[in-house]
Amino acid sequence: MKRHWQSVADWLEHRTGLPNAVRRFLYEEIPASSGWRQVFGSVAVFLFLVQAFTGVLLAFNYAPTPGDAYNSMRYILTELTGGRLMRGLHHWGASMIIVVVVLHMIQVFLYGAYKKPREATWIVGVTLLLLTLAYGLTGYLLPWDNRAYWGTVVTTQIAAQAPVVGPYLTRLLGGGGAVGVVTFARFFGLHVLLLPPATILLVVLHIYLVRKHGVAPVPGDELLPRKKFYPQQVFKDTVAIFIAFAVLFTLAVVARVPLEKMADPSDTSYIPRPEWYFLFLFQTLKLFSGPLEVVGAVVLPGLAVLALVLVPFIDRARLVKVTRRTAAFAFVALAAVAWTGLTAVAVASTPREETAKIDYSGPTDWLQLSPEEMTGVAYFRQERCASCHAIGDGASKAGPDLTQTSAHKDAGWMIEHFKHPDAMRPGSSMPPIQLDDDQLNSLAAFLLKLNPKNASAIQNAPDFATAGALVYEAHRCGECHSVNGVGEDAGPALNGLSSRRSRSWVVQHFADPSKLSPGTKMKPYQIPAKDMENLTAYLFSLPEQ
Amino acid sequence: MQKVDGIEPTPDAEGTTRRSFHIGAIYAIGACITAALGAPAAAYLLLGPKARKSEEWIDFGDVSKLSAGQPIEMVGRRTRTDGWKVISEKVTAWVVKEPDGGVVAFGPRCTHLGCAHHWDGNKAKFVCPCHNSLFSVNGAVLSGPAPRPLDRYTVKIEGNKLLLGGLARNPETSA
Repeated sequence: MKRHWQSVADWLEHRTGLPNAVRRFLYEEIPASSGWRQVFGSVAVFLFLVQAFTGVLLAFNYAPTPGDAYNSMRYILTELTGGRLMRGLHHWGASMIIVVVVLHMIQVFLYGAYKKPREATWIVGVTLLLLTLAYGLTGYLLPWDNRAYWGTVVTTQIAAQAPVVGPYLTRLLGGGGAVGVVTFARFFGLHVLLLPPATILLVVLHIYLVRKHGVAPVPGDELLPRKKFYPQQVFKDTVAIFIAFAVLFTLAVVARVPLEKMADPSDTSYIPRPEWYFLFLFQTLKLFSGPLEVVGAVVLPGLAVLALVLVPFIDRARLVKVTRRTAAFAFVALAAVAWTGLTAVAVASTPREETAKIDYSGPTDWLQLSPEEMTGVAYFRQERCASCHAIGDGASKAGPDLTQTSAHKDAGWMIEHFKHPDAMRPGSSMPPIQLDDDQLNSLAAFLLKLNPKNASAIQNAPDFATAGALVYEAHRCGECHSVNGVGEDAGPALNGLSSRRSRSWVVQHFADPSKLSPGTKMKPYQIPAKDMENLTAYLFSLPEQ
Repeated sequence: MQKVDGIEPTPDAEGTTRRSFHIGAIYAIGACITAALGAPAAAYLLLGPKARKSEEWIDFGDVSKLSAGQPIEMVGRRTRTDGWKVISEKVTAWVVKEPDGGVVAFGPRCTHLGCAHHWDGNKAKFVCPCHNSLFSVNGAVLSGPAPRPLDRYTVKIEGNKLLLGGLARNPETSA
């Protein structure tokens, strides 16, 4: 058997030379000082491969046109097994790759590993950092939700400010300031067609240059015997890759990446925010205003990139021990403080959202419930019905599955049953429900509508919606207004309110309706702040009908 | 195999266990990551979307004008979920009244390679134009390469209204 393998290996060697090429690659000699600090490059390559892998898988179920992009994204998240995991890996992988690439860069910078003859390696590295950011920028648009859309609107406006090239850049990005189908196609093309081959080319070039000049030594290395890359260093790289992967996988499983509502160019209340790694740029921009804006938007970032490229030509002193490179440490510390400060200010100054965030990456059937049924959900939770009843999930509990029982009962039976379980169903161990008639009515209304398909509403309806519906019902809003087609038409239907009015308008309108809508029949309402918040959040979440 | 001299290290005895530990760990971690990515990826690609409700009855209209032994093409509309899209599409069936009064609805595709067949009134046969398969009025294969009789829809009659369900393979495997 072994001889057979040997002959296969011999054939492969003779015809391709690959086995010895791999051998040469693995048994490269590296300086004695090499070790854990050099693992970041390998981790970055690994994360790039994960991005490529998950990216291809996402593309298999993704339609790259606005609208369809959003629907296919939702399909991936809600219909496909493992879809949420794939998107989670891709989303968090994008963030992690930036962290790792920056760590890699800091390590090289601190040790002065960019010095002659490794200037070209450094410059290719800086280019790869820019490519990584370009992935983040272009990929951000692709889910085509509000976050993606508005974030990209801001980005393209920044690009438009560039001196001289601004207008051309705008045209290249596919629009006269508006983000639409053309911009989308360009971003998608960049993200999946142009950037990946460019990255592969530059990574290969980067590694070639590392091999050509060898791993950078530190002073004193020349006195010690050199080591082999394989297996000690590969082992360290692999352990680091494993840690990175474990973090990534955990994030993908635990930290849910929300999908907001589909991009809505007419949404006036949306507050765009870039991804966390661009927040510092976003904040820098705010320090400049008027004609100086271009400084923050284009000049400063441009100079920063130029300075990075020129690092090996500015610092040409002899290589010294890392402990004596105080200037380098001071510079990194300063950059870290500046970055953290800007990012922190940007986070702190983010205003509260006008509209409640709904996560469309999960079931949203609760949006179809009427306010009365929604209050039923509130009582259902309050009375902990699910601790004794299954709700279409096949769990075996003391009471019957409530998605099955409602089909052949009416509200009257249910309300009597809630009050006197034993009388309606002799031998029932269910305790009577201590709610008033209106509340029991709501609970019954909800249970009558409950079926195995919409049972997820019980888990998924956000607290602001159930609390808001309670306020809505308490003030009998449904006697004049309708929600999801349920209610009266003396006042306007409340679906799609968020596209008609701002939240502050609605709050003021409650206090004095006739001031804002002359001739209205609505009377003023004094609603406590907390209730008002829940009510408006609920009303603003209602979709157009 | 010809090895390149001096590339591979010649480990001493103490180094050997360390070395094999390193190599073992590299392979173990590699396998672990491959499995953690590969298994969900396989599920993602192979399991298909979560089941949606199907088995809807499609309205094909009035059957009172059917005469026995004379198949006619009838058209209904159904909504179908295709990936992330919900599509409203036309469905056709060849509907024929049987002598005993029952109604049979045949699928519009030949069971050979899926070409659309049609009823030829002169020959009183279903004719497939692609490879000349011929089917009788009750769907049985008369000649040609078709491997099995025409597929049938499940049929429900409400009053004069014809409702069609899913398309099922004809239980008789061959004519």
